[in-house]
Amino acid sequence: MNQRNPAISKGIDWSLVGIYLLLVAIGLTAIFAATYKEGDPVIQSFLRFKTDYSKQFFFFIIGAGLALFILLTDSKFFAATANLGYVAGIFSLLMVFPFHSDIKGTESIIKVGAFNFQPAEFCKIFVALALAKYLSRPETDFSNTRSQLLAAAIALFPAALTFLQSETGLALVFFSFFIVMYREGLPQVILLTGFAIAALIVSTIVIAPNALAIILTLMAAGIIYIYRRKIKRKRSLLTTIILGWALCVGIQRFAVPYFFKNVLQRHQVERIYDLFGKDNPYEVNKKTLTESEAKKKKESGTSYNVRQSKIAIGSGRFFGKGLLNATQTRYDFVPEQRTDFIFCTVGEGFGFTGSIILLGLYLILLFRIVTIAERQRSTFSRCYAYGVASVFFFHIAINTAMTVGLAPVIGIPLPFISYGGTSLLTFTIMLFILIRLDADRQMVLR
Amino acid sequence: MPVFNQSRSRIIRLIFLVIFLIIIGQLFYLQIISGKFRQMADDNAILKKTIYPPRGLMFDKNKSAIVNNTLTYDLMVTPAQLKGIDTFFLCRLMDIDTAEFRNRVITAIIKNSSQKPSVFEASLSPRKYARIQENLWRFQKAFYVQERHIRSYPFDAGANIFGYLGEVDTSYLKKYAEEGYVSGDYAGMTGLEANYEKALMGERGVQYLIKDNFSRIQGPYEGGVMDEEAVAGSNLYTSIDIELQQFGEKLMSNKVGSIVAIDPKTGGIIAMVSSPTYNPGYLTGPERRRHFSELYTDPRLPLLNRAVNASYAPGSTFKTLQALVGLAEGVINTRTTFSCGGAFYGCGRGKPMGCLDPGTYYLSSGITHSCNTYFANVMQRVINNPRYPNIDSSLRSWNKYMSAFGLGHKLGVDIPSEQKGMIPTPEFFNKQYGSGKWGFCTFRSVSIGQGEVTATPLQVANEMAYIANKGWYIIPHVVDSIEGGDKFGLLEKYKQRIVPINIPDSIFEVVHDGMQGVMETGTGRGSKVEGITICGKTGTVENYYRGVKQPNHSFFCAFAPRENPRIAIMCVVENSGRFGGTYAAPIVSLMIEKHINDTISSKRKARMENIIGTNLIPKMMLDKMRQKDSLRRVKEEEKLLKGELKNIKDTLQSEDNPTETELKQGNKKDNKPPKDTPGRQPVKPGIILPDTSKKRMALSRDTAKTDNNQ
Repeated sequence: MNQRNPAISKGIDWSLVGIYLLLVAIGLTAIFAATYKEGDPVIQSFLRFKTDYSKQFFFFIIGAGLALFILLTDSKFFAATANLGYVAGIFSLLMVFPFHSDIKGTESIIKVGAFNFQPAEFCKIFVALALAKYLSRPETDFSNTRSQLLAAAIALFPAALTFLQSETGLALVFFSFFIVMYREGLPQVILLTGFAIAALIVSTIVIAPNALAIILTLMAAGIIYIYRRKIKRKRSLLTTIILGWALCVGIQRFAVPYFFKNVLQRHQVERIYDLFGKDNPYEVNKKTLTESEAKKKKESGTSYNVRQSKIAIGSGRFFGKGLLNATQTRYDFVPEQRTDFIFCTVGEGFGFTGSIILLGLYLILLFRIVTIAERQRSTFSRCYAYGVASVFFFHIAINTAMTVGLAPVIGIPLPFISYGGTSLLTFTIMLFILIRLDADRQMVLR
Repeated sequence: MPVFNQSRSRIIRLIFLVIFLIIIGQLFYLQIISGKFRQMADDNAILKKTIYPPRGLMFDKNKSAIVNNTLTYDLMVTPAQLKGIDTFFLCRLMDIDTAEFRNRVITAIIKNSSQKPSVFEASLSPRKYARIQENLWRFQKAFYVQERHIRSYPFDAGANIFGYLGEVDTSYLKKYAEEGYVSGDYAGMTGLEANYEKALMGERGVQYLIKDNFSRIQGPYEGGVMDEEAVAGSNLYTSIDIELQQFGEKLMSNKVGSIVAIDPKTGGIIAMVSSPTYNPGYLTGPERRRHFSELYTDPRLPLLNRAVNASYAPGSTFKTLQALVGLAEGVINTRTTFSCGGAFYGCGRGKPMGCLDPGTYYLSSGITHSCNTYFANVMQRVINNPRYPNIDSSLRSWNKYMSAFGLGHKLGVDIPSEQKGMIPTPEFFNKQYGSGKWGFCTFRSVSIGQGEVTATPLQVANEMAYIANKGWYIIPHVVDSIEGGDKFGLLEKYKQRIVPINIPDSIFEVVHDGMQGVMETGTGRGSKVEGITICGKTGTVENYYRGVKQPNHSFFCAFAPRENPRIAIMCVVENSGRFGGTYAAPIVSLMIEKHINDTISSKRKARMENIIGTNLIPKMMLDKMRQKDSLRRVKEEEKLLKGELKNIKDTLQSEDNPTETELKQGNKKDNKPPKDTPGRQPVKPGIILPDTSKKRMALSRDTAKTDNNQ
């Protein structure tokens, strides 16, 4: 109880609050446009919470309430309960396995009364806090490989559990915590290796296998040639290069196909290949559904989604068609439009201008969070802030890239805008914990 | 520690920025650069419906509608939307079975792809239409009713004049690309429908409608601001007298040939009969395609308009023109006589040209009695006229006259594919025989309208108009005026008189005298009409087919009344045998009587009935018709035989007890109907069912299939 900030309001970063409110408002408008049918009684259904935008508004009210509650809590509370929260999160994830309800396409939701409860979503908060806690401990030496592995495990354990619940998209979100680790001292080589492997996987998809093998061999030969003098001095360099080459070819030839065939489900492979405009060469997938089910999935259409989304966005041109004239939105041409593809509403309704403004708003949000992160005195707050930034970034980037056809379709929502009570609450909580911690930035919380 | 890693925060910010820029770049590409998405969005959501206006009507000269429009309803299907449709119910409504349903859908997909609507059933009967309308809401995703105008014909006449409508094919689409035709449209293919297509089709309208992702119409796009109204086609007012036309067609029943009647003062065609003809209603409506192939393969060639698309040697009707030329050139005068001893020996004793009545003739009596010798002499004098340095120039001068009379070139009638006939020119003979190696005697039969000269019936009738008017004609045409004005200038050339050569009236009077004589004492005397002064000329045209002599054509042309001509008319009855005065003349006289008196006098009624009942179809045509009939009969007999055999085989095999697998296999095989070749053993039927009721069903399905094979 020492030096409690008498006026919390002085420390609150109002710009974040402002951006938050703005984004929620945009979200409500977009959901309204996507679901409004001519002749619906607007006010009536609003008050009765029948329509999606009214439900979203309702969750916003709850979120605002929670936000207020958080702001009134002592910031030390969060640091203290981080680990406990993490355990609770893991527990709730484990609870999903026996208790999940039968909702199509996902096994990750528990129904409690009238509410759908998705632990995978909430875990993001706990992981961010727990990771921040771990990285801020004085005993942790992050340049030590063991601590790096442990940090990764903290981040990825929930990911594994989420993956087993058929929520691949949400599982992938946890990988964004690597950005936090990078900021805290993960060796750069790992980042570079990560990019290299990603590039390799992409080229495996795009370039024919034999051609790629030849390219890799030529590259290895080239490297050997360039460094031939150094090799004469240090034989082990040659071995490293050859090992590297073998690893690349191995990944390209064996690991990636194996992964695609046996680990990923068929529709996921479809989506990835669809991204690059190619046909899935792995016709027989061992862990796949029966043929008719697979056909149904294909027809109900990943490529259809993206194609319609591109059409909707593309037809917006520079200034958009105006929300009520957005024909693709209004007449349900883009499936899942109020959730994952909500960006189409903005793209079609407000065109390039509107899209740039929205993305700009998000970018300002992210940069602001990073700036806040850097001005923290305590490692805990800084790490947590980067965690928030990373998670937000992942969601925003992948979701918008998905709607314009740059990323495979994985179902993750656009923060504050996509329809969904759980996601709105999760993001609100994450943001406001950050605001609360930031208000006490002068303190060292560890 | 925080300070040590600060550069990393910049890198992180950089990563954020770069990714966002990539996304913005793609947005830029999608929204600004690539225009196709707007188009695809519109395709998704906007339905562009073409509004077809009603086609222009046609009226006869008494303002009765002779070509009319009526509404018909087509049932359209969009195959891609068929999921979830209760097809069984629909089949019951439409009285078809599910196999037929599948066939139609497959045809639709092939024709127009599964995303676009195609015709499922054309021209619904009123009962079916009512039934469908009641239940359309059930099938609304995939089916809708499209109304269409089709032609209807209040009078069973004039088919060859009007022409017919047909579906546009790819070559037509290419030719008339700017007019806005699309596949599936109908356009005039022959006759007036084709010639006046631009005026008749009007202008298509467009309606923009919004549809949702299930292709259900939600309402007009932007309140209908962008819609364009359709403009109805213009009506045509023709000079045809439909009653006279009907009368002419009746007179020509069971005869091959044509009648053309022109109003000399205006050039308007009063009647144009081509026989054999067909009921114009035959080529409209749902059965159109089947009827068309029937007509197309009919050996009687009913689709041929013999009035403009067939040319004949004009025979003795050509003599009147020779008279004009002779008088105009001054090589003869009204008192010049020639005597005929039975043949024309002007080209040497070895090559005589026969003659009907020996005797001595003046010009008018020469016309009246149609003396070959007289006109052979006339033409000989014209050709060997010393005024011209050589035969080339004299023949060329003769060509000028013929061309002035409307022969040897297209007249410009408003019915397409007019033939131009043939008039021999010096170039023609030079090519055939070599320069200087020919003379009058080479083509002496031209003088009596045989040999290297041909003309269409229209040209002959036009000649009559020219002579009736004493030296001028207007290009014959069917359409007098277009409602709303002649926007495309289609009627320009019918506005002026053509006075090709100056020949004084007095010359014409002499020819008129001779022609009047034909009716009173000459070769046409059996066809006089009381109270009307008719001037006519008979023609009996020899003709050959592949070197074999066929029965003569019977020609007659005339105009009446002499004092104030109201009709110039000709008739040809192909291969009738005997003479021009026998068959063609009475027909013409009845036509003249009907046109001028409005009725046929009771005295002549019997004769009229007689003519109507006379069957003059030439033997060659009869043979061809019999051949076709017999082929069809053979096919039908075979079908019956097959049915019989199947009956027998079925009862035999039901004695065995087939296993279930055999039954299943049988079902599969049945999907391929056997090939219909004569003399082959009929294939063992696939379905072997011991139950009699099922057997009957199987039988009827099988015979229905072989029906479709035809």
